[in-house]
Order: sequence, then structure tokens, then C-alpha cells
Amino acid sequence: MSLEIDVDHTRGSFRISARFSAAPGLTALFGRSGSGKSTLVDIVGGLVKPDRGRVAVDGQVLVDTERNVFVPKHLRRIGYVFQDSRLFPHLSVRRNLLYGRWFNRQAAATSADLASVVDLLGIGHLLERRPASLSGGERQRVAIGRALLAHPQVLLMDEPLASLDEARRAEILPYIERLRDEAGLPILYVSHSVAEVARLATTVVILTEGKVTAVGPVADILSQADSGDGGSVLDAIVSRHDEAFELTVLTSRAGELQVPRLNAPVGGAVRAYIRGRDVMLSLKPPEEISALNVLAGRVVTVVPANSGGQAEVRLDCNGDGLTARLTAKSVQRLGLVPGLPVYAVIKSVSFERS
Amino acid sequence: MTPEEWTAVRLSLLVATTATLASLPFGLAIAWLLARKDFWGKGLLDTLVHLPLILPPVVTGYLLLITFGRRAPVGAFLADNFGIVFSFRWTGAALACGIMGFPLLVRAIRLSIEAVDTRLESAAGTLGANPLWVFATVTLPLCLPGVIAGAILCFAKSMGEFGATITFVSNIPGETQTLPSLIYTFTQIPGGDAGAFRLTLVSIAISMLALLGSELLARRIGVRQMAA
Repeated sequence: MSLEIDVDHTRGSFRISARFSAAPGLTALFGRSGSGKSTLVDIVGGLVKPDRGRVAVDGQVLVDTERNVFVPKHLRRIGYVFQDSRLFPHLSVRRNLLYGRWFNRQAAATSADLASVVDLLGIGHLLERRPASLSGGERQRVAIGRALLAHPQVLLMDEPLASLDEARRAEILPYIERLRDEAGLPILYVSHSVAEVARLATTVVILTEGKVTAVGPVADILSQADSGDGGSVLDAIVSRHDEAFELTVLTSRAGELQVPRLNAPVGGAVRAYIRGRDVMLSLKPPEEISALNVLAGRVVTVVPANSGGQAEVRLDCNGDGLTARLTAKSVQRLGLVPGLPVYAVIKSVSFERS
Repeated sequence: MTPEEWTAVRLSLLVATTATLASLPFGLAIAWLLARKDFWGKGLLDTLVHLPLILPPVVTGYLLLITFGRRAPVGAFLADNFGIVFSFRWTGAALACGIMGFPLLVRAIRLSIEAVDTRLESAAGTLGANPLWVFATVTLPLCLPGVIAGAILCFAKSMGEFGATITFVSNIPGETQTLPSLIYTFTQIPGGDAGAFRLTLVSIAISMLALLGSELLARRIGVRQMAA
């Protein structure tokens, strides 16, 4: 499946002009609030009719203003998970989940699916309850289940975790990962959280003031300076657990990393996200320092930031990209130029299972 | 109570029930249009719906007479083609009551539809429900307390309607003599005070029962929607 979008739309004084196509998997629409992410998802979902343009999912045209095509939302076969869940307050969880089935022509095939979706999302104990009595996390899981049971061709998720606290987020993230990996459903996912995007996305689309400023695989895009805090994504494998110090040792192409004990099996894949400001650079192998993780690499480019006397230094660590955010003064003092071998000291890492 | 009084009470209940039930579908449709749609002439429609509320009832009754009377254009058409006759029949009383109660019905339903979150409706749309199904499965259940309140107002208004009814269909015992008409008749004849008083008590009782019933119904629906 692929998603093709090429639209222009004006809402008040705000103008969206977006054009991209996304590969299968989870496509993250990433940008600050007010950058037009939600409007773009509403256009794909059929809640907003664009002034001009074309939207196609898997070659099926949903909108084509030139040919006067606008498929109404109830015929689009999309599953839309809203930021505010939007469960029907007058229906039980079970009837919320089955709502889409009333309108689905392949309804016969779905009776078995209720069980599997309920199982996937862990909401079996909630079925007879009303939405008003659910917690935020439970509500969002039911909303995801309801969207899935409508048998969508594509899943739209508009900041599904934004209204939740950290604990609830951690509760739901694994389910979204399973959807991406097991259900094989293309997902368009809106977020302004780097950590979420780093953990979930296959492709990242960055929106800035209604315009697409970058599109590409997650590791390439998140390391770019304009994507927020200029972090890097490293794919790694759990090689062992060091129970004595409650650490987990990971292996990536860039080298070995030691992190606080992860709840992941040995051999499992994890995705580490390292923020640019958590990376220090040293010209010599640092000795007698507290940081556990030091990776060797070479400077690829030095990009001065637009303001604040900062610079992004991109490194190549044995094939893996790593970005450090330094002051311009440090860049000058160390004489950082492309090709120079350096040692990256990593102060902190957010390690996410993938 | 005399048989004449019982007949008037039964007739009033029949007229009010018919008026309420028959105007309900139209009231729902127009309330939905006014609450959810923007179209040319919306202000005009809104005014038309509210007209019976501000016009003298006698004027409304007279307008009905010259529109739905046996020889009036619409009345003759309906009588010749569908056999529906309003003039000097209890159906005419129901029509007059329905039109007089219509503004109250539409107003209550419109307010409750406007209170239904449109985001829930668009969510239902993305799940495959066409606009009619969205209305039937999301909008209607959620605005039901308002629909009931509107229906009760319309019913109460119909029970008490006098001016438009008597102008349009007169005051024929057994056919168009409703409760208020009979009370009026009693006040016009010597020694009618006792009858008028009895009917006044009946009228108060029916109104209070209707109000009580609607309260209970609305509360039950409310409880069901909020229940865990």
C-alpha cells in the first residue's frame, strides 16, 4: 500500500500546501502544533475537503479536485483514531467496538475479529462498561479497537497519546507497534513527540507551517537539524543483561551501549533515540569519566544552527549516523572539520523497544 | 362527570396525541436542518416555524381556514385526491394544535441537537455510517431528552389550544369540542360553573401527569447514558 497526497488548502489565514507519498508501514506526520498535521489527516479522512489536490490510498483515488472526485467519509474505509477518542457515550464498550460492523459489507467475517482485537488491545474486561467510566488509556485503546473493527484500509491516528500521561502512553505504545508489525495496516500517525516518532515511525514527514519540509526514513529525518531537537536513531540488538548493575548491553553498528535495565529479551531489537544535546565530543578517547557509553566516529558535517551560537555536528560511527549539538565555540576550539576522528560521549539515551 | 365532559376529555387526548406524534417527524427534520445545516432561506424557515408563537391564535386559525378549508385550495386538493378532510373534523383540531405546538417542539429539539458533539457524528461517519445512520444511531439517541421535552411541550400546548382550533374547526360536540372549548361553552351558559370547574381540575391533572412522565423518562434515559 502507498499513500499519495498532493493538496492545497486554506483555512482562514492558514495555508497548507503538502505533497508527499509514503511507503508501507507507519508514516509519522511530525511538526509543531499548528503546523497543519491534523488538517492534513482530516483531509485524508474526508472530514475536510481540500481546495485543490489529490489523495490516493493504494492507487484508489479518494479526492481529486480536477476530476471532481470526493469520496464521502463513510465510504472511505478509513479507521480514524482521534486525539479525544470520541467514543459514543450512549453505547457500551462492546457496542462502540462493533459500531463500524453495522455498515461493513464483509460483516460476516468480523465476528472472530472482535475476539482478536479485544485480545490485542487487552480490553476484554471493559466490554460491558460505558465510556464515561473508563480511564483515558482505556478509552484510547477502545477507540483504536473500534477503528480496527471497521476493517479500514488505512488507519489514521491523530495524536492518540497526547491526552495521556507517561504511564498511559507506555501502556498503549506497544499496542501501536503490534498493529504496525502484526496487522500489516498502513498507518498515518500525527505526533509532535520526537520520542513517539522515533519509536514508531517507518517514514517521517515533517510539516512546518503547512509545508512539507522533509520526507524519508526515520533515521535519516530525525537526525536533521530542523526536525526539532536534532536527535539520532540507532537500531540495536539486546546482547545481554547485566543484572548486578541493573544494566542492559546493546550492540549496534556504532558499537556497544550500556543502558538502564530494559524489559526486553536477549536478541530482541530495540531502537535507541539519542538527543543532540546529550552527546559530547572528545578528540581523544576519554578516560576516567562517569559516562558509560563512548562511541568512536568521524565528523561528516558541521552545520551552524540558525541562532543561539549552536551547531549540529553529524558523525559517522561505523555506518550509523549520530548528531551532537554543541556550542559554536566548542566547534572552533576542537577544530571540528569533516573527516576528523572523534569520540562521542553519550550522556543519556531514551531506549525504545521496536 | 357527564358523558359530554368525558367525550371532550377523550377527544382532547386524541387530538393532542395525534398532533404531537404527527408533528414529531417534521419537527425532527426541521430542527436538524436548523441546527446543522446552512442554506439559503434558513432565516425565513426559522421565522415561519416561530410564527404561530407570535401571531394571535385566531389569526393562525383563520389562515388554516382559508388554506385547509373544504373549498380552499390545499383543502380541496387533499380532499379530492387523498380523501383527507380537515375542516370541522377532529383531524382539523389536531392540525391546528400541531401547528400551534410546532415552534415549541422544534425549539426544544433544535437546542438539544446543537448540544450533541459534532465530533461524535464525524467519528460515526469515518466508521462507515451514512448521514441518515449517523442521525439515527448517534444524534437521535443523544438528543432524546430534548425530543421528549419538546414532545411534552407540544402535547401540553395541544391540550390547551383554544383560539386557533375554535376558529378553524368550530366547537362541535363529539367532533371538535375539546376540553378548553367545552370549558368555554360552560362559562357561556347559566349554571355551567360546576362543569367548568371539574374540567379545569382534569386539565390540571393531565398537564401534571404529562410533565411528571416526561421528567421520569428523561431521567431514565440520562441515567442509562451515564451509567457505568
